[in-house]
Amino acid sequence: MLKILKYSFYDLMRSRWSYVYFAFYLLLGMVLLFLNNNLSKAVITLMNVIIVLVPLIGTIFGVMYYYNSKEFTELLLAQPLKRSSIFLGQYFGVAISLSMSLILGLGIPFIFYGLFKSSAIWDFSLLLITGTFLTFIFTALAFNIALSYENKIKGFGFAILLWLFLAIIYDGLFLMSLILFEDYPLDKLSLVGTMLNPIDLSRTLILLKLDISALLGYTGAIFKKFFGTNFGLIISFTTLVIWIILPILRIVTKSKKKDF
Amino acid sequence: MTRIFLFLFVICIMTFANYAQNIEVCETCPISSLQQAILQAKDFDTIILKKGTYKEHNISIDKPLTILGKDYPLIDGELKGEVITIIADSVTVDGLFIINVGTSYTEDYAAIRVKRSNHFIIQNLVLEKLFFGIYLEKSNYGRVYHNKIIGNAVEEYNSGNGIQLWYSNHIEIENNHVEHVRDGIYLEFSNDCLIKNNVSTENLRYGLHFMFSNNDVYQDNTFENNGAGVAVMFSKKIKMLNNTFQENWGTASYGMLLKEINDAEIKGNTFKENTIGINIEGSNRINYLHNNFESNGWAIKVRGACYGNHFIENNFLYNSFDISYNSKVNDNTFDKNYWSNYTGYDLNKDGIGDVPYRPVKLFSYIVNRTPETIILLRSLFIDVIDFSEKVSPVFTPNNLLDNNPLTKQIVW
Repeated sequence: MLKILKYSFYDLMRSRWSYVYFAFYLLLGMVLLFLNNNLSKAVITLMNVIIVLVPLIGTIFGVMYYYNSKEFTELLLAQPLKRSSIFLGQYFGVAISLSMSLILGLGIPFIFYGLFKSSAIWDFSLLLITGTFLTFIFTALAFNIALSYENKIKGFGFAILLWLFLAIIYDGLFLMSLILFEDYPLDKLSLVGTMLNPIDLSRTLILLKLDISALLGYTGAIFKKFFGTNFGLIISFTTLVIWIILPILRIVTKSKKKDF
Repeated sequence: MTRIFLFLFVICIMTFANYAQNIEVCETCPISSLQQAILQAKDFDTIILKKGTYKEHNISIDKPLTILGKDYPLIDGELKGEVITIIADSVTVDGLFIINVGTSYTEDYAAIRVKRSNHFIIQNLVLEKLFFGIYLEKSNYGRVYHNKIIGNAVEEYNSGNGIQLWYSNHIEIENNHVEHVRDGIYLEFSNDCLIKNNVSTENLRYGLHFMFSNNDVYQDNTFENNGAGVAVMFSKKIKMLNNTFQENWGTASYGMLLKEINDAEIKGNTFKENTIGINIEGSNRINYLHNNFESNGWAIKVRGACYGNHFIENNFLYNSFDISYNSKVNDNTFDKNYWSNYTGYDLNKDGIGDVPYRPVKLFSYIVNRTPETIILLRSLFIDVIDFSEKVSPVFTPNNLLDNNPLTKQIVW
């Protein structure tokens, strides 16, 4: 598996798209710092970008890589290699190279700007950690979709739909259900609803570090009490890890059964 | 001739004898307690209290005296009750250190109480371990200046206020520092008072609390990190100028709470990092001018029954919500404010945005209705519905617009 991982990783490192992705984040980080002149404000703007763009790019890139390297995969399948190690190697190759582009692309301009001397360093590291989690989650989901559909168009369609659902539609349904059941105590429901969607969970985690005064309103206090404590933080990260493990398990089982 | 000299001499002697004398009190002097000194003193005498510890309580000042502490003599009330009660006009108390005021659930014991007396001056005191600090009761034309009040209040029901005014008019409260009491400064039925340059922090309830008090001015004060901020209630014609309200965080916390306030002027204040900057309820004809609202959860929360208010030339900077309304009716005007969330353009470069700004977001309306939805703050979906509401308002007041939003932050 490690050999395939290494191969995929170097293959991607040499590819144009990784550089584009890296350059995009580098530019974004620099422009934000240049316009804002303030680390904490830049971190807030960056949060919006990461919450929306990282899952999108992870999904699209994952699907694209799978379909593009399909012939090579078939060649590998002809060799005496374990199926799970082929697909996991490819998956981790993609996910790690994407995470690296994200961390380096955003990290370099912030470090030059004096991140280590700033108090925003914890907010910033949390931002990068959740960004990495989101990359891993959405690349895994993308591989799942690509494995399930031979048809490229169908695969891309479902991948985009998945992103659209988790990034936007889910929140709409969530909001509707909260308003619909407003006569009932909702704090448990809203906590569970947030936990179930990795994008919402990441957003809430970062938000509690930034918009504290708003969230400390009388309902916000409940969320702060949950997400703000170590217990809440551990639960949140555990949920994110589960969000990575479940799709990976499905990649393994699906790839074993799949007829190429 | 000699008779005239003699007469003058006698006059001189008499005035000297009658005129203000100094009485010294110290632990080893013939007069070793303040109460004893007051008994012996004549009107308009000065009692000088030397450094030392005086274990006394229920000291009653019943003549016009000046009580002057040298190097902060300590008066220890031993938790037995009230420490000093002033019941005469023209009393000055200066430079004392008073601790251990008794706590009672039936009487409001204070470190210093002024009772039905006028023209008093209370200054340079340090009060610690107290129930009530300075309590002015039906006393007018006084001055409370440069005192430091440090309480140790833990619960609201068994703690008192730092400076309390009750039916006291024309009082000046300046340069005081109040912390860790229930209400920092509390005014009830007190008119024409001036509250200036005070610092009120870490109090259990309000930093400043107005009830039924009209025509008062408070300016240049700092209210920080209080349980619920500053409350101004049931009062008319109050001027609030150049104050700073910050870090009043909590589940029901405000920078300033306005309830049933009419014809007030709120000018040049800074509201920074509060859960709610100003909470307005049933307040009419108030002018908000030149205020800074910075990094609050809600800059202004309008609860209802607020008519004829004008918000002109304020800065709204990086608040999670600028304005929140809970109804569709609007009778307040917003004009020439700077909104950091404004996204319009200014083609003719006159510093005024060409597109009106809608300060009320649909999401703030939703949060008002179902508070739990706050968890969706900054979600992409919320941005989408906010945008569509901005384009064609359905739920938020249609006429709530700033027609001349400024494109640059206002500096005064």
